[in-house]
Amino acid sequence: MSGTGAAGECRPSLARGLWALTYRELKKWLKDPVTLVMFVLQPLIWMGLLGKSLNIGGLFSANIISLPPQVPIPGDAILHPPGLQGVVLNGEALARMFADMGPGIMKGAFGVADYFSFMAVGIVSMIVVTTTMFSGMSIVWDRRLGFLDKVMSTPVSRAAIIFAKILNATLRAMFQATVILALAYLLGLQLSPTFTPLNLLGVYAAIFLLSVGLSSIFIAFSIRSTRIERPMHFVGLITMPLMFSSNAFFPTRLMPSWMQAVASVNPLTYLTDAIRQLTILPLDATALLWDFTYLGLFAAALATIGIVLSWRCLTR
Amino acid sequence: MAGEVIRAENLTKVFNRGLVAVDHVSFSVGEGEVFGLLGPNGAGKTTTINMLITALKPTEGTATVLGYDVVKQANEVRKVIGVVPQEYTADEDLTGYENIILCADLYGIPRDVARRRALELLELVELTDFKDKRVETYSGGMRRRLELACGLINRPKVLFLDEPTLGLDVQTRAATWEYIRRLKREYGMTIFMTTHYLEEADALCDRVAIMDRGKIVVTGAPSELKDGLGGDVITVAIKEDVDVTSIISSVESVKDVRKEGGTYRIKAEDGEATAPLIMEALRRRGYTVTRLSLAKPTLNEVYLEYTGRAIRDVEESKESFIARRMTLRRARGR
Repeated sequence: MSGTGAAGECRPSLARGLWALTYRELKKWLKDPVTLVMFVLQPLIWMGLLGKSLNIGGLFSANIISLPPQVPIPGDAILHPPGLQGVVLNGEALARMFADMGPGIMKGAFGVADYFSFMAVGIVSMIVVTTTMFSGMSIVWDRRLGFLDKVMSTPVSRAAIIFAKILNATLRAMFQATVILALAYLLGLQLSPTFTPLNLLGVYAAIFLLSVGLSSIFIAFSIRSTRIERPMHFVGLITMPLMFSSNAFFPTRLMPSWMQAVASVNPLTYLTDAIRQLTILPLDATALLWDFTYLGLFAAALATIGIVLSWRCLTR
Repeated sequence: MAGEVIRAENLTKVFNRGLVAVDHVSFSVGEGEVFGLLGPNGAGKTTTINMLITALKPTEGTATVLGYDVVKQANEVRKVIGVVPQEYTADEDLTGYENIILCADLYGIPRDVARRRALELLELVELTDFKDKRVETYSGGMRRRLELACGLINRPKVLFLDEPTLGLDVQTRAATWEYIRRLKREYGMTIFMTTHYLEEADALCDRVAIMDRGKIVVTGAPSELKDGLGGDVITVAIKEDVDVTSIISSVESVKDVRKEGGTYRIKAEDGEATAPLIMEALRRRGYTVTRLSLAKPTLNEVYLEYTGRAIRDVEESKESFIARRMTLRRARGR
């Protein structure tokens, strides 16, 4: 160290600060592989056990419906041709017909013939939500351990502090989603014929939008709490209702109307639908456009509110 | 005193809950000076330093650092100062080197300069051998040194140290003092520090301001303050329950007598010569001296003189200290 330097050499920039703080988060994350694995493990168990055990497609199979070899149909059940006393049907053939209708019913309800593919995408949405919120929570630790104070004593842009947290949450969510999607594929997720690897870019864009909105608001909330318990309970409280009041596990069309109303404003519904459109469903461009519009508006609104609130807290 | 580096005028901080932490404080610090804010825990030292380093906005009053206003030109202030906080603020999951580089990035110091300087600073604080170890594995003294290195990465003109040796063992404390002296000697750095250790203020500071309950009660060089007390302090106790103030004050060279409970606090110019005279005078009247002590004035006597309390009396138990810290942290809202 020689002499006291000129202040002119300090050129704090938003980009440099943002990069440095995000790099720190990612380094911390990679240095803790146990947590990393734990985070993937939970949704994997959900997907593997729930997704595979809830074999809804199996409801429509020939051996589920037990019919006698001969099924008599009384005359009054027959309208045409008139005047028949009754007929006897081949039970085996009838059961086969029922089973043949299965995929049609499944497609009608879920859009795909197998429930596993449907719910695996729901699990991807779930991990996006939990990862985003848990990552935002780290700001409570930064504050408690004095790290935030240290950062605040440097001339780094206050915006960089907030953006780094949002970016970190978003990058983690994208990474975890990739892992889950890959695992789902290995476990038997059926891709639609309209799927191309380029569609993955769309998947990331959708995750990015939801993650930015959600983390902005969650960081604004966490930055004000002095203890980690508060945001933690909040995540625990909100995750389940958010999941089940969306189309993540079950089509909203079959839900009671009040729940359909909730689902229609739940951003998770749009994220899940967007990912399904891009992976397992035959792509419906109009639906996808609508999904992205909603996610875009959600991200813009929540990011604005969240960033303003965090900014106020940091520059007070 | 060369140019003025820090100037505070009527600096005041009132927290949301009506707690007046700093109450119309004014002082100025000259270039190259080591200035100490001395006082017990909760006197308002950290709040004062936090206003100077732009972490807190003053409720009232103004302060400038190198001519920059701490509120209006906060970012300019942040560029030219270094801050070594009371707590260990380094990221435990990163290595010492990574922590310093992170600080450099936050200041926007060019990459190549940052790398070179980080190694120099690690050398300075003797952490070179541990630079690639996670901070998690560092001892308290090593963490403190790392904080110091981080605070120096932008080659600050003014360094703010908040309780630089809080909780350190004697050896590490001595080493820290040596670093601080070196910074002043070799780089002419202006240093503003807070401490509640009298010896520390005495050993390091060119000037100290004694702070009590949010106010500065006196400012001056430690030697000046001690001399200002008017000499040595003799403490005497007698067996009999009688007021002998008049007998003691009749002794030549006794300047002041104060009765505090059963003991007398006597100020005298030449303590070594005066003490026997007092004893003699008391014995001649038939009183029995049960205790006699002679103290060269320390900053504790200065503190006592101006606040009426000994600084050590104000020291709290560890639990109440932590409880108070938490209250203050909450009041500060961070």
